[in-house]
Amino acid sequence: MSKVYVYILVMALVTYLIRVCPLVLIRKEIKSPFIRSFLFYVPYATLAAMTFPAILMSDGLSLAAGITGLAAALVLSYLRKNLLTVAACACGAALVIQVLINVL
Amino acid sequence: MDNTSEYRRGLKHGIPICTGYIAVSFAFGIAASNKGLTTLQAVIMSITNVTSAGQYASLDSIRDGVSLVEMAILQLIINLRYMLMSTALTQKLSPKTGILHRMAIAYGVTDEIFALSVLGKGELKPAYSYGLITISVSGWILGTFLGAFAGQILPPLLIACLGLAIYGMFIAIIIPPARDNKAVMCVVICAMVFSSIMTFAPVLKSSVSSGMRIIIVTVIISIAAAIIAPVKADESVDAAEDKEKEARA
Repeated sequence: MSKVYVYILVMALVTYLIRVCPLVLIRKEIKSPFIRSFLFYVPYATLAAMTFPAILMSDGLSLAAGITGLAAALVLSYLRKNLLTVAACACGAALVIQVLINVL
Repeated sequence: MDNTSEYRRGLKHGIPICTGYIAVSFAFGIAASNKGLTTLQAVIMSITNVTSAGQYASLDSIRDGVSLVEMAILQLIINLRYMLMSTALTQKLSPKTGILHRMAIAYGVTDEIFALSVLGKGELKPAYSYGLITISVSGWILGTFLGAFAGQILPPLLIACLGLAIYGMFIAIIIPPARDNKAVMCVVICAMVFSSIMTFAPVLKSSVSSGMRIIIVTVIISIAAAIIAPVKADESVDAAEDKEKEARA
């Protein structure tokens, strides 16, 4: 059996425990402002750290294509375009630049 | 209302989540096949985990062959927010709700399902949750399969570009709240800068895995933000409301 399945099992266990413990054990709200604030900021810090600089270093894409995709995503999301539009335009913009680079 | 109609109501309300999930998990499937997972592995991961950021972050760690402890810590940090959601959900349930129902509802605690569950009027009925979970997780699994499958057959250039989709979605999730909230904006910018330093700095570059980098950046930046700019009690609920509007849009 591939070690990948062991990883998947560990991930699933940890993630499920996080979800199930409060539902089964806690009946009160988390009151601590510090913990509430920490948990509020975690998704933003995580997603930002996962996205940058990784978006500029994709396999098979030049730096220029990565930067174009990033710029498209930043501008459109700032204008509050929906998730799909932002993702599709980031891919499309990067594709155009990468094709141009490959042809020239 | 009886259980069947509660279940149906959940199915219906979950349709926008389902379509959104197909798109996000399609991007995940592409990335998974790009980083060496088989279609079956990607699909099993989606069935058992149901978490976009956690699943996506695991791909590099699997490829790098990190220790199981590091993988567990990575998932713990990235998915810690579900703990807050579950604590909020537990108060929407009738105190009489049994432990088996609670364990089943826990399986489907995601940002979007949480948003719909917690904002509904009155008590949360387990049957309603099961409706939401059924339709949403179906989309999640279908998208993963399609993405992983497409990843095996589409030309490499197209795959490379589609690989940006997941980053585009992450950006679309974090930028609008950052625009409205200066503290969130600071968190996003600081996390990006910190993450870049750890990626390119001479010693760190070779000694810190990508998963460990995410853990360190997340913990340090979130603690700093919680100390410097504590959140008012109802702000996390506002964030959930925004998610719900998004899901309905």
